[in-house]
Amino acid sequence: MSSDDSVQRIERGAAFLDVRDLKVHFPTDDGLVKSVDGISFQLERGKTLGIVGESGSGKSVTSLSIMGLHKRGVAQISGQVFLDGQELVSSTPDEVRLLRGKRMAMIFQDPLSAMHPFYTVGQQIIEAYRVHNKVSKQVARKHAIEMLDRVGIPQPDKRVDAYPHQFSGGMRQRAMIAMALSCDPDLLIADEPTTALDVTVQAQILDLIRDLQREFNSAVIIITHDLGVVAELADDIQVMYAGRAIEYGTAEEIFESPQHPYTWGLLGSMPRIDRERTERLIPIKGTPPSLINVPKGCAFNPRCNYAHLNGGASETDRPELLDVGAGHKVACHLSPGERAKAWETDIKPKL
Amino acid sequence: MIVSAITFSIFYLVPRLAGATPETLATRYVGRAATEETVKLTAERLGFYDPIAVQYWNWAKGVVVGAEYDYGSGVESCPAPCLGYSFITKQPVWPELLDRIPVTLSLAAGASLLWLLAGVATGVLSALKRGSIFDRGAMIIALAGVSLPIFFTGLLSLAIFSYQLGWTLPGGSYTPFTENPVVWSQSLILPWITLAFLFSAQYARLTRAGMLETMNEDFIRTARAKGLPERTVVVRHGLRGALTPILTIFGLDVGLLLGGAVLTEKTFSLPGLGKYAVDGIVANDLPKILGVTLVAAVFIILANLVVDLLYAVIDPRVRNQ
Repeated sequence: MSSDDSVQRIERGAAFLDVRDLKVHFPTDDGLVKSVDGISFQLERGKTLGIVGESGSGKSVTSLSIMGLHKRGVAQISGQVFLDGQELVSSTPDEVRLLRGKRMAMIFQDPLSAMHPFYTVGQQIIEAYRVHNKVSKQVARKHAIEMLDRVGIPQPDKRVDAYPHQFSGGMRQRAMIAMALSCDPDLLIADEPTTALDVTVQAQILDLIRDLQREFNSAVIIITHDLGVVAELADDIQVMYAGRAIEYGTAEEIFESPQHPYTWGLLGSMPRIDRERTERLIPIKGTPPSLINVPKGCAFNPRCNYAHLNGGASETDRPELLDVGAGHKVACHLSPGERAKAWETDIKPKL
Repeated sequence: MIVSAITFSIFYLVPRLAGATPETLATRYVGRAATEETVKLTAERLGFYDPIAVQYWNWAKGVVVGAEYDYGSGVESCPAPCLGYSFITKQPVWPELLDRIPVTLSLAAGASLLWLLAGVATGVLSALKRGSIFDRGAMIIALAGVSLPIFFTGLLSLAIFSYQLGWTLPGGSYTPFTENPVVWSQSLILPWITLAFLFSAQYARLTRAGMLETMNEDFIRTARAKGLPERTVVVRHGLRGALTPILTIFGLDVGLLLGGAVLTEKTFSLPGLGKYAVDGIVANDLPKILGVTLVAAVFIILANLVVDLLYAVIDPRVRNQ
């Protein structure tokens, strides 16, 4: 009986969103592209997870495959994704579709191209609401105006009939957020929500996302290459490199005592207001690896300044993502002592 | 206006360049047996000795307010829009055109509706099932449709469906819609299909290319992220986005067709504008040719106007703020 219970619990996932060993592979003529190669994380309602990485590290593909928006028929997807107990990878496309927009919603990077140019903002929000709610157009329209008001669009009763091209960039992203939140989703995925916006507008949008998250008590995944954004919003941060998580921890841990040389590199290349202006940013040398020919061993080894300390292990063995205390996980061959020393002496003074 | 001036100049200058004199033109009205004096008199009365600008002015005036022709023994009045008299039948051109416009209109309306539906539907399905057997088959048929001339597919379909199977009426049995709608549609069904086959091929290819592009747009991903059913995503979001270039070509094609689908009308013996023009050309009947050309030009201009207005309906970004 008790063993049955535990099986039941495992099958339904432990957290509100429970991603286990998610893999998304694309077979191409040049070889198998391992966009996401074994990602696991958990996220509760009301919490925010930041997924950080360079272009091509698999962060967007991760979110699209959770939403079931990956290219069907092309992608090979394995692993498990539990949303409030329902497994999504093995669900039919239609089952996942009914969850999309209702229980999980997404905000995209470029709000201009993400909205249909031929329909008014109102029509698009009404459409999103009416897929999942059997209400009349008038009721849905009232709801759309309410949503626009909630995301801070002035004169929502007039703007509801405007077209996306008549909105400014920030307003468009607000309208996208209104559309995403129209069905009160439990999970909101924001894929680089501020990348296409002015710096002044970025802060407003991030504030808005945070406020709405509190109001709706939803789980939020925020995907970005901008550590400033996750510093603002995230409770937990997952750093991705070449389709795998290489470090995972609370935002505090990641910023105060990062463990992985790649995370150090990201922190070093982030401009900071409290740094001397004469100091240079420290870029990560080299370029992100091809996802077809991921380097053997630790995928980061060709770009790592500390790979030589591991006696060849970096080039041959892939490091596992291991707990280094209090849920802070890292995938690195360096010993805790070496990491602590490198961080204290080489990296921290330069940040 | 400009179109009419250019058309007029071409049709009056070219015969001159080819060696025609006012006398030979006048001969076409009075017949070969007439004396030289009569010919000269007729040419004089019809203004063939006037400079081209004056001739154009008189012709244009005829179109707008009508004209009166003094043919010696009496005055023939030709009410506006007067496009002159046929050299051969001695009938005014405009009423003859009026008789033929409904035929061409019927042909163009039915065929365009058919090819738009068939072409767009095939294109959408091909794009969605890209690389499938359906896609390849449809594109091969489309290639055949573009390549095969009307007089081949038309005669073939006439031979099979009309003469062998007896399902449709043979060529030349056109009846106006107002007289008998059933016979009207029966006599037009083969021309419709034949013409639509030629055009829908082009539309299928165009739609397919447009859909392949549109379905990769970000707003399609947004539509899917909302949880919309795939059919809504394809039709409401995808097709709507791919429709603009199709509409452009559609307007041009319909406009062209209204000026006379020469080959189709000839093949199926439909008494439309195209056949009228061909008869005019064969008989060297200048007023006829001029009349058809003017009507065709008007149709093309109208079609373009309608397309421009439709743009604003389809794409809100085109509308003035």
